[in-house]
Amino acid sequence: MSARRGGRPLPALAAVCVVLGFTQAAPAAEIPSAERRSGYEFMSRETRAMQDDDATNPAVLWLLDGEALWNRKDGAAGRACADCHGNARASMKGAAARHPAWDAAAGRPVNLEQRINACRAGRQQAAPLAYESRDLLALTAYVARQSRGMPVDITINKRTKPFLDAGRDTFMRRQGQLNLACTQCHDELWGRKLAGSTIPQAHPTGYPLYRLEWQGLGSLQRRLRNCLTGMRAEPYPFGAPEFVDLELYLMWRARGMKMESPAVRP
Amino acid sequence: MARAVVSLPATVKRGEIVEIKTLVQHAMETGFRRTQLGIAIPRDIIRLFVCTYNGEEIFRAEFHPAIAANPLLTFTTVATESGSIAFTWTGDKGFSLTESARITVE
Repeated sequence: MSARRGGRPLPALAAVCVVLGFTQAAPAAEIPSAERRSGYEFMSRETRAMQDDDATNPAVLWLLDGEALWNRKDGAAGRACADCHGNARASMKGAAARHPAWDAAAGRPVNLEQRINACRAGRQQAAPLAYESRDLLALTAYVARQSRGMPVDITINKRTKPFLDAGRDTFMRRQGQLNLACTQCHDELWGRKLAGSTIPQAHPTGYPLYRLEWQGLGSLQRRLRNCLTGMRAEPYPFGAPEFVDLELYLMWRARGMKMESPAVRP
Repeated sequence: MARAVVSLPATVKRGEIVEIKTLVQHAMETGFRRTQLGIAIPRDIIRLFVCTYNGEEIFRAEFHPAIAANPLLTFTTVATESGSIAFTWTGDKGFSLTESARITVE
């Protein structure tokens, strides 16, 4: 590929570059604000109805568990979430729409799961809940539920900007054996098909969510691991800073869109 | 402790058709799967769902391994009189769960 004569590319090589034009490093344009659509809009009528009705949305089962955990005393401090935060319906309103958010102790943005575990360690003196454990998903879903219908509200400042940029780099960077970048599907090819499924725009407005494929509730990081595995890339471990940066970028990319947590997806 | 969510209108007119939705927490392990070491995971499913209206059975469903986790059932009945509607799920490993709801017929 280094063949050059007199600083001029070979005609054949130039032709190859034109054919493979999309592989050149120019990053794809972000989806214009007016064209952004939640994954909800790509779903069937039946699945949408399932999400909309609390009598049929299976995530409600986790919400009930989450409410019980919110009020349960835990850890060496013998405190419940409710002892400090009171009624989650008021105190947690909008919390999920603002995460990942800056955490002074960590010196970086943290996601909602990490914030809950930091609170457990610091205030309740309890052991952290494992990622994707039933309890952490239930508590996260219960907190996120209080933001349903509110717009995603990620503010980027001098402190968080480097992390947003790192997340964007991950989204734009080709990786894995298939040499794909997130942007190729989710910015350029959304609405088209990948096998039988419609490619959504990757707006994480409904997490944690119930996927029919999973037969259960899962976090955004679980979904991101699915995507990375599909690209034949090695997924980051749960809680990895790269994932949180990517979450921050995705939430910022969905800024202003309505929260649906806990959503249902096919 | 498994959870169930049942939903039906609290007040209906006599003779009206009532839609009842039931959602129950259950993994519905098929018995056909194996662990990564090849060990079969035993079947653990709900086998039977029964709904009674003032003690009289109005709906029954047998469950099989192909039914999804957290089964959602929607069915209808005719509102005849005020009273209690009881829901019972039973299954493998001694699974048993009962839920009930009041209905007022005007």
